[in-house]
Amino acid sequence: MIKQTQLAGLSRRRFVGWTALLSAAVAVPARVWAWARPEAAFVATGIDEALAGLGGTPTVHDAIQFTTPDIAENGAVVPIRIEVDSASLPNVSKVSVLVEMNPNPMAAVFDIAPDTEVYIETRVKVAQTCNLYAVVEADGQLYMQSRETKVTLGGCGG
Amino acid sequence: MSSRIKIRAQHADGITEVKALMRHPMETGMRKDQAGESIPAHFITEVAVFHGERPVMQGYWGAAVSANPFLGVRFKGGEAGDIVKVTWLDNQGGTGEGETTIR
Amino acid sequence: MTRTWVWLIAMLAMPALSGDGIFDEYRDLMGDDNPAIFVIDEGEALWFEPQGPLAVSLEGCDLGLGAGVTEGAYALFPRYFEDTNTVMDVESRLLHCMETLQGRDREALLKKPYSLRGDLGTELEALVTWLAAESEGAIIAPQQAHSSERAMYSLGEEIFFYRAGPHDFSCATCHEQSNMRIRLQTLPNLTDHDDAAATLGSWPAYRISEGLVRTMGWRLQDCFRQQRWPGLKLGSEVSIALQTYMAVNAAGGVMAAPGLKR
Repeated sequence: MIKQTQLAGLSRRRFVGWTALLSAAVAVPARVWAWARPEAAFVATGIDEALAGLGGTPTVHDAIQFTTPDIAENGAVVPIRIEVDSASLPNVSKVSVLVEMNPNPMAAVFDIAPDTEVYIETRVKVAQTCNLYAVVEADGQLYMQSRETKVTLGGCGG
Repeated sequence: MSSRIKIRAQHADGITEVKALMRHPMETGMRKDQAGESIPAHFITEVAVFHGERPVMQGYWGAAVSANPFLGVRFKGGEAGDIVKVTWLDNQGGTGEGETTIR
Repeated sequence: MTRTWVWLIAMLAMPALSGDGIFDEYRDLMGDDNPAIFVIDEGEALWFEPQGPLAVSLEGCDLGLGAGVTEGAYALFPRYFEDTNTVMDVESRLLHCMETLQGRDREALLKKPYSLRGDLGTELEALVTWLAAESEGAIIAPQQAHSSERAMYSLGEEIFFYRAGPHDFSCATCHEQSNMRIRLQTLPNLTDHDDAAATLGSWPAYRISEGLVRTMGWRLQDCFRQQRWPGLKLGSEVSIALQTYMAVNAAGGVMAAPGLKR
């Protein structure tokens, strides 16, 4: 059996403490770094409910470049990329990823610090062919792009 | 000694790009094992990327992020030799961290 | 409903695929970051870890190039070993070393060599992954100098074309023609050198559908399951014969494992 490597890691308490320490030690940006997990969005079982958990109904915005594969080799790992041109849509503070037909559509939300490019690449599970959503929050408003990714039943092996 | 996070960080044209792969099952809690027993939910709930001591990105994740998760971010600045660190926390209280220097 | 029909027609109209095409965009977005890199490290750690009643590591294991020589060894399997007077694949050779060097029980090792759903990887999977990485860039060159090795190739060829089981399948049923696929997965023509080389060179592989690295030995076992054939035993003559047949067909190709697969 695989032996788990001992971690020289942080305990949960220290992790939370460290975050607080950092925001005190460094010049605090206009946004407060410690922000709550949008649990309502994460536990929502429908896309509308999940979006409501993020704060409302987003409007489509072309400054959001959302790249997903038209068809995924397997739904367990679907690579996505979200980029926002800061000139066209400034002050983006949060980027969220949702998968419409997942049991819980909310997959991830990222808080982007100032002077960080709005650029996220990650991989999500997609239970079945459906729309994926990139939702960004800028100046208190929600914007989005959506794209469909097809997920097929596999063949034998590969 | 294997690291639970593999990170690469490269800078070009004033932007540093960070790519991180994390070792984690990201178990949803909805699967059953071969014997029919439920596999408990075990997934990263929080992740953060630091440039030196400065946090550049913090994320909250659900179980829908893929197993052995990948994360790519970019930030302005960064010089060769600067430290980039990635940390995570999961729903069972487990943690992971890794760091690299920018090339 | 309309969308389903459009999709169905689009799929039927799609020409038979080679390895590239429909999933190019997917693979581009995936990039170079293969979680198998963790399993490589895990395998390396296991090689050097003292285990078993004799509390020794596998550093004394001879994979054909001398005790402890791991670089390039994977690419030369299957091969004949004098100490066992048999042709072995990398998995059965590893088991042999675990048994003889570390004093571990063979039956216990054979009980669960491969991961089941929910597992994070087995010792054998990790070791094979590391050894394959130690052969990265090496030329696939299964040994065929010994008469037993050549006999394995002949037996493997025979089995490859042997139809059996409730579906009357042989390996050849799916793997004898080029440019065939099952749903969207391309079926390599294992009688063709280029396809065989690409196949042998990309296993073991991280299977994204499972979040695990799977070995060639596992792949064959799963084929047998899907053909509704009897179970394929690790280290059996049938397993080694088929691996020999494929590896010889692949000879000259380049190892690029662990790969990334569905």
